[in-house]
Amino acid sequence: MLFKVFPGNELETLYDILAGHHLVGPQLRGTDLNGQELFAFDYIHSFTELRLDFTSTVHSLKSFILPPRETLSSFTLTNGDWEKHVDLGIYKPHVFFGLHPCDINGLNKLDKVLTGPVYPDPFYTGKRKNMFIIGVNCSPQPWCFCKSMGTDTVLSGFDMFLTDLGDRYFVEIQSAIAYDILTELPIVDPTEADHRRFVELMDERNSKFTCQVDNSDLTKILDLEFQSPVWQEWGKKCMSCGSCASVCPTCYCYGVKEFVDLDLTNATKQRQLYSCNLIDFAMVAGGHNFRPDSASRLKYRYYHKHRGFQEAYEEALCVGCGRCGQACLAGITVPDVIDSVRRQEVPK
Amino acid sequence: MNRLDFVDVLPTQQFSTRKSDLTSFEYSYKAEITSVYSLTETEKLYQIRIIDSDQRRQFTFKPGQFVMLELPGIGEGPFSISSSPTRHGDLELCIRAVGNLTKFLGRVPRGTLVGISGPFGTSFPVEDMENSDLLLIAGGLGVVPLRAPLFSVLENRSRYKQIDIIYGARNPSELLFTYQYQMWRQFDINLEIIVDQPDAAWQGPVGLITEILGERIEAAGNDLSTNTYAIVCGPPVMFHFVCDMLINAGLPMQRIFVSLERRMHCGRGKCCRCNIGATYTCLNGPVFDYWSVLNMKEAI
Repeated sequence: MLFKVFPGNELETLYDILAGHHLVGPQLRGTDLNGQELFAFDYIHSFTELRLDFTSTVHSLKSFILPPRETLSSFTLTNGDWEKHVDLGIYKPHVFFGLHPCDINGLNKLDKVLTGPVYPDPFYTGKRKNMFIIGVNCSPQPWCFCKSMGTDTVLSGFDMFLTDLGDRYFVEIQSAIAYDILTELPIVDPTEADHRRFVELMDERNSKFTCQVDNSDLTKILDLEFQSPVWQEWGKKCMSCGSCASVCPTCYCYGVKEFVDLDLTNATKQRQLYSCNLIDFAMVAGGHNFRPDSASRLKYRYYHKHRGFQEAYEEALCVGCGRCGQACLAGITVPDVIDSVRRQEVPK
Repeated sequence: MNRLDFVDVLPTQQFSTRKSDLTSFEYSYKAEITSVYSLTETEKLYQIRIIDSDQRRQFTFKPGQFVMLELPGIGEGPFSISSSPTRHGDLELCIRAVGNLTKFLGRVPRGTLVGISGPFGTSFPVEDMENSDLLLIAGGLGVVPLRAPLFSVLENRSRYKQIDIIYGARNPSELLFTYQYQMWRQFDINLEIIVDQPDAAWQGPVGLITEILGERIEAAGNDLSTNTYAIVCGPPVMFHFVCDMLINAGLPMQRIFVSLERRMHCGRGKCCRCNIGATYTCLNGPVFDYWSVLNMKEAI
């Protein structure tokens, strides 16, 4: 990896170079009841809208790569015949300016499933291939447990990664295009002092992680405690609303529905992101539900993310961003659930 | 100024059916429903033919695999292929009218054009079962996925030893493929049918499938440990009882094969609806050996 440094006031130049493209970044959306700022990823139209000092966005980046609703194919219907049309719905490259390591790691995890060798998803792959990603280092929030999930740093999956050293930016470069763009800025090689400042900053950041979860032997524990009454207790709390999945950067499950126009000339096949916590997730025609109660659905969510995905890809399908815990109406958080399964007691 | 180039991942409209190609994701064969037979009040047998003759010949599947059948504007669903693999793209699907799509299918006329994608999933290893006794055990609609391996076996009857079909249904009016029983028996197959709720005309045995199975196991001297394979298809509740009996008779778990049912929306290992843990029923199943089933939480 190549490291360079550029002056802090040149960030706007970098923005200007890329501003000709669709540019998505963190922007302020409002404040919650406690006055805490709420951020969202959205299209940025001027440099002042871009808030690289954001804490964490409420929603993940998912609406840009796995839209909540997406048309998979459309049909023209004529006299009993039909023709199928496929449009991936992406025509331009997108710049993503200001993704935290967890968001980039989330994309890397999604890639394993959605761009893999078996039936790669062209809708996702199309968007993924047209992403230019500028990562930015974050300041840990009280709900972040990415350190425990090993996703507090990111090694791949971005074009450049910025760390604010105060009056200058330390940049890790991962792609030729990124290098090419940066040559238009007054970049210099980092000095020994820059190295030390970077390491100091990382140490300082590491000391700020407060939320932790013990993942050791978790796959075995989840198997052993599959029938544990702890799940029933969490099931009682869970309202099966699916908020956790809608904010999760790595939840990708969906349902497919077809719609036909009233004049019966056109039809579309759409997919809608779903949540395994919703009641009919595993219900088959005829009414049999393989996971009829909220406890079994919540258990499945954890089992898939921390046991099944681990088995398939040797990592958990969780980046520890803590968004699900923030969004949960019942206040269920991943560290609490995993701790309680490990210790076999549910916190009151 | 634009610094980034657009990458079109589907630059051609040439569609491919290869699993690893991006174009295969939304590809479906256009197929015609050539005939529809009512088997019972709710189940119909659809003969479906892929229209393009080259595609029809090239369409190959293995017994136990399924296809996704799509009616544009209505919906798409997974259905076990119920015909012989040697018939390629002339498929037979037996469908119970129970949901949105299947009820609509129950009303469509011959000649309706549908989309077929697949075949998907794992299959029954009928080649491995050669030179062995076969126990084919079906409950209710379970006879549908069982019919494809049965055809394979019938077409190569001499390669197999004793074949028993044990088929249980709730009542005689729900029995499927009644017109083929005579043909199966002509192939030297012991076909035993049992119903739970007999009507006045019923003359066969009454009770649960396990009773017939018990007799069969007894006839084998309570020992199935050598040279026997079993295929079990049916409602989830049936698996435990039937498979436990087979295991108690010494049949190794890896020689018992089951076909599991799950909700599916894509068939391609993406939508997660069919997941058992993180095992995709559409990719790693629907046919599992019984050891894999026991090894997965909440599989049955």
